[in-house]
Amino acid sequence: MTAPRWLAALVAGTLFGLGLAWSTMIRPEIVIDFLLFRDLGLLLVLGGAVVVALACYQIAPRLLSKPLLGGTFAQRESVLDRRTIIGAALFGLGWGLCGVCPGPAIAGLGAGNWPLLIALVGIFVGAYLQGRFFPKN
Amino acid sequence: MIESFFPRGMAHYLIGGMLIGGGVGLLFVLRGLIGGTSTFFTSTLSYVVERPFFQQARFVGTRAWRAVYALGLVLGAALYLAVYGEPFQTGVAAWRLLLGGVLIGFGARLSNGCTAGHGICGLASLQWPSLLAVLTFLATAIGMAHLVQWAGGMP
Repeated sequence: MTAPRWLAALVAGTLFGLGLAWSTMIRPEIVIDFLLFRDLGLLLVLGGAVVVALACYQIAPRLLSKPLLGGTFAQRESVLDRRTIIGAALFGLGWGLCGVCPGPAIAGLGAGNWPLLIALVGIFVGAYLQGRFFPKN
Repeated sequence: MIESFFPRGMAHYLIGGMLIGGGVGLLFVLRGLIGGTSTFFTSTLSYVVERPFFQQARFVGTRAWRAVYALGLVLGAALYLAVYGEPFQTGVAAWRLLLGGVLIGFGARLSNGCTAGHGICGLASLQWPSLLAVLTFLATAIGMAHLVQWAGGMP
């Protein structure tokens, strides 16, 4: 991978992390307040993110034959099966328990939210258990 | 009326959300990559776990950019802290962070997506299974948060 391609991933991640911090999603208390219907801000975060990403995902492949730094446009294809739904249900139980999801667990460290390291360790353990005992494709 | 649903204001949520979407969008426009975040955990495990599941091309072949992307997440939050913020540390109990983390990691990887993968990338790709996944994890998360509050465990 050449330098511009590395830099692109770094800058994209930086924007993502900046947005997570700006929107206070790296604070589990704010996420839990959403889940308790005390502050619906998370819906604005999700909505704002989806609108911008949707525009990029839908428009770029129509205007460009390939990504600006080369390669091909990947396509996300989600499947509807028991794993997708059961996994989502378990994910939600964890999210509701601690107010942390994968992006903020990583980004929160940059803002000095050190207790999130505990969640980060937990996520690695969970990901390992899935690959170890419930592998598929 | 609408302000009562957003006691902390609305602008910072919208701006932050659009920055998140901008990062996801930039990764796609420049490199054609779909920037979920939960795959990072399995792809990083592929550096140390030799089992065939972890050594698949979809993990080994993406682990480098996913690690750089994750480093960006940390940098972005650090940038915000440096310019605007003061450090904030969560008061959520350690056992909840650990147990919640395990459920999040296991569930997201079983489901092949999290709030970013299904919620942002999946919806932006008009993948209807992702919409069902989002509604499912919202429902169980809301239920769990209320259960913990009922049990007296909120921070």
